[in-house]
Amino acid sequence: MTQSSMPELARKPSAGFDLKLWGPFLALAGLIVLGTLVNPVFLSPANLANVLTRTAFTGIIAVGATFVITTGGIDLSVGSLAAFTAGVMIVVMNALVGPMGAGMGAGWPVVLVGMLAAVGLGLVAGLVNGLLVTKGRIEAFIVTLGTMGIFRSLVTYLADGGTLSLNSGMRAVYRPVYYGGLFGIPTPVLVFAAVALIGAVILYRTRFGRYCAAIGSNDEVARYSAIDVDRVRLLAFVLQGLCVAIAVILYVPRLGSASATTGVLWELEAIAAVIIGGTMLKGGHGRIWGTVVGAVMLTLIDNILNLTGAISVYLNGAIQGAIIIVAVLLQRGTASKR
Amino acid sequence: MSSQPVLVADSVAKSFGPVQVLFGVDFNIIPGEVHALVGENGAGKSTLMKILAGYQPPSAGSIRVDGEPVHLSGSGPAEALGIVLIHQEFNLAEHLTVEENISLGREIRRGLFLDKPAMRNRARAALAELNCAVDPDARIRDLSVSERQMVEIAKAVSRSVRVLIMDEPTAVLTGAETEVLFRLIRRLTAQGVGVVYISHKLDEVKAIADRITVLRDGRRIGTHPAELLGHDDIAQLMVGRPMSDLFPTKQPPAPDAPVVLAVEGLSVPGWVRDASFQLRRGEILGFAGLVGAGRTELMEGLMGLRHRSAGTLRRDGQPLRVRTVADAAKAGIAYLTEDRKGKGLLVGKGLRPNLTLLALDRYGRVFIDERKEATALDRAIEEFDIRVKSPDALVGSLSGGNQQKLLLAKTMQVAPQILIVDEPTRGIDIGTKQQIYRFLHDLARRGTSIIVISSEMPEIIGLSHRVVVMRSGAVTGTLSGEDITEAEIVRYATGLKGMKGIPHDPVLHA
Repeated sequence: MTQSSMPELARKPSAGFDLKLWGPFLALAGLIVLGTLVNPVFLSPANLANVLTRTAFTGIIAVGATFVITTGGIDLSVGSLAAFTAGVMIVVMNALVGPMGAGMGAGWPVVLVGMLAAVGLGLVAGLVNGLLVTKGRIEAFIVTLGTMGIFRSLVTYLADGGTLSLNSGMRAVYRPVYYGGLFGIPTPVLVFAAVALIGAVILYRTRFGRYCAAIGSNDEVARYSAIDVDRVRLLAFVLQGLCVAIAVILYVPRLGSASATTGVLWELEAIAAVIIGGTMLKGGHGRIWGTVVGAVMLTLIDNILNLTGAISVYLNGAIQGAIIIVAVLLQRGTASKR
Repeated sequence: MSSQPVLVADSVAKSFGPVQVLFGVDFNIIPGEVHALVGENGAGKSTLMKILAGYQPPSAGSIRVDGEPVHLSGSGPAEALGIVLIHQEFNLAEHLTVEENISLGREIRRGLFLDKPAMRNRARAALAELNCAVDPDARIRDLSVSERQMVEIAKAVSRSVRVLIMDEPTAVLTGAETEVLFRLIRRLTAQGVGVVYISHKLDEVKAIADRITVLRDGRRIGTHPAELLGHDDIAQLMVGRPMSDLFPTKQPPAPDAPVVLAVEGLSVPGWVRDASFQLRRGEILGFAGLVGAGRTELMEGLMGLRHRSAGTLRRDGQPLRVRTVADAAKAGIAYLTEDRKGKGLLVGKGLRPNLTLLALDRYGRVFIDERKEATALDRAIEEFDIRVKSPDALVGSLSGGNQQKLLLAKTMQVAPQILIVDEPTRGIDIGTKQQIYRFLHDLARRGTSIIVISSEMPEIIGLSHRVVVMRSGAVTGTLSGEDITEAEIVRYATGLKGMKGIPHDPVLHA
């Protein structure tokens, strides 16, 4: 009563402009205008397709991260998991090519088996993270810091410190998954859009999504509201693992290789995209479309710097960092005004 | 009481933006008196109190201390003048010791380092002055609520307090603890301290106050000597309409009404031992006892929210397994928690997701039917008289009474046949209380069985058809009919009656 009765009266009408909701979209619009002013090439379909394609990997991972962060968790292992999954996928496909031969007939089934392996590994890794957090009662930060090291080490071991390369015959078969497209739209962009759309439907329209936000807001309230808190948390990590697998399936045909440096810092890029998009790091509020915009913005900055030449590309990280901090400052500013 | 007022509010007004919440309120405190401030939620008590304690400046009017106009810019200057506000939610650093809290912000130093012996003496002196047995080395998080309150008061005393403003100090205290607090207040007033006492509990106000000021809708309705006002007078002044019968006339179920829930030998480690009781169809069963007697823990054990070490449940005679709240909901049992903000409602979310959270499976199989949710909210707002400026408001912005009504509406979403309500009217105003009593009464009359846990005696006595009394984790007695009296309940709750082999020391709280 001490605090609540007065803000009720003092609260401004809710019809006001919600900066927190629209901020990321405005910032994106600003970047697009800036990009166009800097260099007309920016708006060319080829450049835009390029930007979106490169966003797809971290963008898809960030959609999964939105769920984990909305429940109040965090997953630091996604970058390492991506590298490990890519490594396992390549090893599996190369091993199958041996006995089956790289003939055209054997190509697609091998790719499919590789994809299944990736999805299986992603799900299992998410399950392990989730079980350690829920049943093991260990902080998500600690668990995924641990598995981050484990996955990174495993891919290094698989590659024997070097690079794992996909059999060149297989590479030709698999190539269209990254370089192909539909109606001129690259496959990774289509998949990214589909993942985001499905993610948004799950987060906003299903019980699971509602429960994620409830748990992130206050897990005790969730428990008292008959929600199986552990199961929802676990599922969020599994969903994250699946998103990593999908990203890897798109990534492997791009270079056809994996090494110890694959996916380095992807976890931070994904988390940054989520935060820039307006999802709160402490949980409770998730915004899928904000995440998509955040991921696109991070790639756009790089792209614009490349197009201008006025500012060194090496400053990309500094600008990204500044944008993350500004995004959080804006969130807090609007939150405290309520 | 002829001495000059120490603190005076002179036609104080306050607006937040376009909304005015105080209109020319006069208020003063004379040294050595207890001046009670009463009014419904939203009447402006909190605002007036915050202005007096310097937390907020008045929009118009003035504050005078010892006759001199002052401009208090924050609680620091106010405390320097001896005006201290004790918040309902205490302002203590949980991980620091009692001693460190008492000196927090006013540490005594010798050179660069803290002078611990001097601070210890100060803490001991303040605690001794209050006759308070709290260990200065104890950490706040290990103290009970009433002990924390003692520490808050000791903190104020060590700051040579002249005006002590207490906001709902007994909301979380048991009867015995309230007595201790009252003795302490009397000791303070004997030393010339003026006390502003804000409470919803009119019994207490009558018992402790010398003068009573009633606020309604931001206006002062009147200030009267306490002995001239009866209960009903105060209630009527607060609500602005006569408050005949706070409680509807009891309509107990027939003696042969079927038993819908039988609990046998339920134990919750560290809290409840071997508790058994039965609940009949259409019955309101009260649970009385001191805070910490294990009533909440018993019900949380029943609901699967706490680990049970023993006990069986029977629902309509059939064995029932309840391992989670969801199991309980399936069996038609719902529980309304005593911790509204911590366990009941998502204060950062809107009304709609809060209302449906417990029963979300009733709002669509795969996708949530938001239109159905909105309809349900409209219905709940009407049925439970939830007053809200906009349906999009955040729950945290509602007053305590409206939050409680929303929580009740949320709990009713599963249409329970057995409703367990824990402190259903804690910290809410008398008008809302009456609405909730009427609701529970009507619900029982239509055949729902209700368990009411309450630390407010009038509530237990006024509502319950039967009363189970608990002490130290065990059921010590069951009262019904004419036996439901305050004296009888207290006898069982304090161990004067019904103690068969139950040790007097309280069970260890795990």
